[in-house]
Amino acid sequence: MIEVKNFRKSFGKKLIHADVSFNVKKGECMGLIGGSGAGKSVILRSLIGLEKPDSGEILIDGENIAKLRENQLVSIRKKVAYVFQGGALFDSMTVFENLAYPLKEHTQLNESEMRSMIITQLGEFGLANSEHLFPGNLSGGMQKRVGLARALMMHPQVVLYDEPTAGLDPYNTKKIQEHILKLKAQGMTSILVTHDMPTAFAVCDRMCFLLHGKIEFQGKVEEIQEDKTGIVHKFINGEEH
Amino acid sequence: MELILNSPLILFFHEMVYFFGGIGVLSYQIIRDLFKGPFYWRLTLDQVFHVGNRSLPLIVITAISTGMVMSLQFGLGLEKFGGKLYVPKLVSITVLREMGPVFTSLMVAARVGAGFASEIGSMVVTQQIDAIRALGTSPIKKIVIPRVLATFISLPILVALSNLISNFGGLLVGYSELKLDPNFYILKILTTVTLTDYFSGFGKSFFFAIFIAVPSCYFGLTVKNGTKEVGIATTKAVVVSSILVLVGDFFLSKLFWILEKMT
Repeated sequence: MIEVKNFRKSFGKKLIHADVSFNVKKGECMGLIGGSGAGKSVILRSLIGLEKPDSGEILIDGENIAKLRENQLVSIRKKVAYVFQGGALFDSMTVFENLAYPLKEHTQLNESEMRSMIITQLGEFGLANSEHLFPGNLSGGMQKRVGLARALMMHPQVVLYDEPTAGLDPYNTKKIQEHILKLKAQGMTSILVTHDMPTAFAVCDRMCFLLHGKIEFQGKVEEIQEDKTGIVHKFINGEEH
Repeated sequence: MELILNSPLILFFHEMVYFFGGIGVLSYQIIRDLFKGPFYWRLTLDQVFHVGNRSLPLIVITAISTGMVMSLQFGLGLEKFGGKLYVPKLVSITVLREMGPVFTSLMVAARVGAGFASEIGSMVVTQQIDAIRALGTSPIKKIVIPRVLATFISLPILVALSNLISNFGGLLVGYSELKLDPNFYILKILTTVTLTDYFSGFGKSFFFAIFIAVPSCYFGLTVKNGTKEVGIATTKAVVVSSILVLVGDFFLSKLFWILEKMT
C-alpha cells in the first residue's frame, strides 16, 4: 500500500533523513517513533506531498507521489488523510463547516445529505451537539477528535496520525486509541507518529525507530516489547535519545 | 570569503533576490489558477466586504482631511499673490492625479496589507494552510486569489470615493475659510478637470491593488516559525507594499504621462 524507498530530505544545510526505506501493508498500522527532531513528521508530511523529498521514492498504491505537482496530488489526498497534531481546524469556521469542507470541495452532496453525514460522524466521535461551536470553544481533546472526524469525511484508505494523543488526558487518549483501533478493525491502513508508547503498543502492528536520519530498527511490536537490551528499549526507557 | 558572503550588502541583495523570486512565483501561481475552476465567488465577496466596506471610515477621514488641508494651504499660500481663485483647480487636479490614489492606497496598505499578512501567517503557524492542502484544495485559490481579486475590485472604488470626498473637503474649506463661492468652486472643478486627469490617477489604483495584495499574501505565506514571525511578516507587508505604492507611483505617473502625450 505504502512504500518509501531511499527517502532523503534536508532543510538548507541540515540533513534530516539520509536514507529511509520502509513499507506499510494494506490494513496495517505502522508506528514511527524516535526522539524529538528525528524527522518523524517530515516523513508523514512527505507521504501526502506537503514536503518534497530531495531524492527517493514514495509509492502509494504503486504511484510515485514524490514527483507529482500540487494539482496532481488531489487524488492522493482524497485517498490519504492526515490528522494534524493540533487538529489544524479552520478557526473562522464552526465544527459543522470544518467537517463540511471536504464534502463541499469534492462531492456533489446537497445540504441535507451533508448535514446528516456530519451529524452521524460527530455522534460517532462523541461530539454530538457541538456542530455550532467554533474550534476556540473546544477542549484540546475535542479539537483532536474533530480533526480526526474531518480527516475521515471522505472515507480515505490511509490515515496518517501526527501525534494524535500528545497533550491529552488519559480519558481522551483512550478515546483516540479506541477510534484508531476501530478504524483498524475496518481495514484502514495507517501510520502513527507518536511519543506515547502505551498508545503505540496498543494500536500498532509494526514500528520503525528513527535515529540520526535512518531507520535504526523496524519490526513487530512484540519484538520491541520482548527486547530488553536493544536501542529501542533504551529509547523507550529514556536512556537513549 | 565567508566574511564577504555574510556582509550586510550581500545579505540584503540575497534577501531582495529571494523576495522578488518569491513574488514572481506567487504571481505566476495566481495567474495560472485565476482562470481555472473551482471559483470561490463567495469568499471573494466576503473579502470585498472586508477590504472595501470596512476600510470606508478610514478612507473617508483621510480623504476629507487631505482635501481640507490642501485647500487651506493652497489658499493661504496663494492669497499673498492674489491667486486664491486657483484653489479649486489646484486641489482637484492634485487630488485626482496623485493624492487621492496614493493616500487611499497607503491607508489600504496599512489596514488591509497588515490584515492579510497576519491572518495568513497565523493560518500557516496553526497548520491551517497545510490542512487546506491536505484536504485536496489549493491555498492559492482559497486564500490568495479571493484577497487579490477583492483588493483589485475594492481599491479603485475606494479611490473614486476618496476623490469625491477630498474635493468636497476642499470645497468646505474654500467656502468657510477662503470665502469662495461654492458654485464657483464646483464650476471651476468641472471646467478644469478632464477625463485624462481623472483616469491617470484612477488607473493607478489597479496597479496599487496588486502592489498591496500580492506582497502581503506572500509575507503571510512565508511565515515559518511561531507568532513572532507573524508580527515580522505583518510589518514587512505594510512597509513593502507602501514602498511599492510610492515608488510605483512615480513610474506609473511617467507611464500615464507618456500615454497622454501619445493620444
